[in-house]
Amino acid sequence: MANIKTSEKKSKAQSMGMHTEVLTGRTQQKFFNPDEAENFYYFGTYDVDFNKRTDLDVMNMSAPEANKEIDNLMSQGYGTIVIKNPQGKHSLGVGILNKLNLIFEGSLGYFGMGSCDGPIVRINGRVGWSCAENLMAGKVVIEKNAGSCFGAAIRGGDLICKGSVGARTGIDMKGGTIIIGGDAGAFTGFMMQRGRIIILGDVGINLGDSMYDGTIFVGGEIGSYGSDAVDAELTSSDQDWLRRKLKVAEIGEDFDLSKMKKIVAGKKLWNYDNLEPTEKKGAI
Amino acid sequence: MCGIAGLIHRGKSSNVGSELQGMLQALKHRGEDSTGYALYGDTDGKNFIMRFKVGENVGEGSSSVMEDVSVYDERKKVVDQTLAEMGAKIVKEERTLPYSLRYEIDYETKDLLDFSQRIESIPGVEILSMGKSLEVIKDLGNARMVCDRYSLDKLVGTHAIGHARMATESGVDIKSAHPFWGYPFSDVSVVHNGQLTNYWNNRRVLENKGMRFMSECDSELIAVYIAQKMREGASLEEGMKDSLTGLDGVFTYFVATKDSLGMAKDTMAAKPLVLYESDDLVAMGSEEIAIRSVLPQEIDTYDPFDGEVKVWQI
Repeated sequence: MANIKTSEKKSKAQSMGMHTEVLTGRTQQKFFNPDEAENFYYFGTYDVDFNKRTDLDVMNMSAPEANKEIDNLMSQGYGTIVIKNPQGKHSLGVGILNKLNLIFEGSLGYFGMGSCDGPIVRINGRVGWSCAENLMAGKVVIEKNAGSCFGAAIRGGDLICKGSVGARTGIDMKGGTIIIGGDAGAFTGFMMQRGRIIILGDVGINLGDSMYDGTIFVGGEIGSYGSDAVDAELTSSDQDWLRRKLKVAEIGEDFDLSKMKKIVAGKKLWNYDNLEPTEKKGAI
Repeated sequence: MCGIAGLIHRGKSSNVGSELQGMLQALKHRGEDSTGYALYGDTDGKNFIMRFKVGENVGEGSSSVMEDVSVYDERKKVVDQTLAEMGAKIVKEERTLPYSLRYEIDYETKDLLDFSQRIESIPGVEILSMGKSLEVIKDLGNARMVCDRYSLDKLVGTHAIGHARMATESGVDIKSAHPFWGYPFSDVSVVHNGQLTNYWNNRRVLENKGMRFMSECDSELIAVYIAQKMREGASLEEGMKDSLTGLDGVFTYFVATKDSLGMAKDTMAAKPLVLYESDDLVAMGSEEIAIRSVLPQEIDTYDPFDGEVKVWQI
């Protein structure tokens, strides 16, 4: 239960008798006060040492068992963990909310690295559907191919696939960057709301369908444009940014960036600032 | 949600019964209402193998009505009599379960339409497969249960496709289980993951052309659709490509014939498929863990793109 105290500084609303109380203690307000960094942590996260390294063979473990063991190793301060024999298992490495060097020596199944915030991950194999869904921060690098819904709804971080990806890459993404070294399937950037997608190869039909905002860069051929996705001018600052990003991603360093196509939303599709119909009625 | 798996050995035979069992069992979380196998065994190619049922599995979870075994016996007698009338000689007979039979038949024909129509005009009888290599075995339960029940783990052949089913649009019974035989084509079978939304329109058209449907499972449409295209002169690959626009909905499906195996994915790529290709083996499944059951070492796999059709030969 949070403590309650009276604020000294009063706004106009407060002077009208509103919002005279602020919450203290382990509340959301305290969490996001940058002056109180000690409260800026997730429950269940650990201080780890990147120089402390260990291997974990998950051949005979279920996904929950493997994830629990990763958590256990982080609690012991291991900052670099190498996962052996992932064998295409689903949901490995999910929910890691602190800095960590995580290396998979093999392929993952569905939902690998979902809902993570902070780890640096290298997957020396392939990933199945919905890799790194809801990624908030960090970097995930896939050395081979990826399945559909790659980077669905990510909010931040860098998600890199050096091979090709399936359909609906970056669906509903709200931030961050997705970089694809090969080709991408249909409906790439479907309903994306923010963030950037870079595809060095070809992309399938309905690119950027119903995108609200954000930017898609395509180096190869485009199967077709989705509803409301249009070309935009590729600026020199775009090329500078692309060059920096691709260098960090370790791919496409020799790519001729002047040939990149830039795709954005053609309409202002979002209505966040508009009044709801009932509110409009009240305003009239 | 259902799971599909398939594999084809090129230039050699292998224990495909056991391999497919492992692949489908790895997918059992995608559905275990029923499991089906379409196995292409090594045979001398002289006789037809007819897998048929004279009743349903009425065990736990079944949506079928209980019948006395004596009813099955009566139906079997009528089948035997009809075969004799058509000049088909039963070379070998196996009755694995009271309702499930396997006949090897010496019968000379190129068009199985008349043959199949006469057999299936017997109430309660359905041909599960007809071919000189193909055997469709399907029943309630997961892959291991069906494999054990029918002793499939020893079957040697070149290729196979299978299906782990979570029943959504039709009953929990054998007639709605996959694979579906590509009636009336010898050695053609189909498995499907997805939903077809123009099932009834297509079914009416195909029934008017003389094709038959045994279930109300939308997936059966694919088998009949491809078979009709082949009747009209299309190759397997042409029929599959045509289905990308002729069938509406979301789907990934496999079709197998005596010497080939193909896959097709709808234009929205809404259903998963992971593929592994090498010079001597192609393996594919709804999830990579299915492929891992036969290839545990680190391998390169990929997702086919939207609207993709591929066919491999043995």
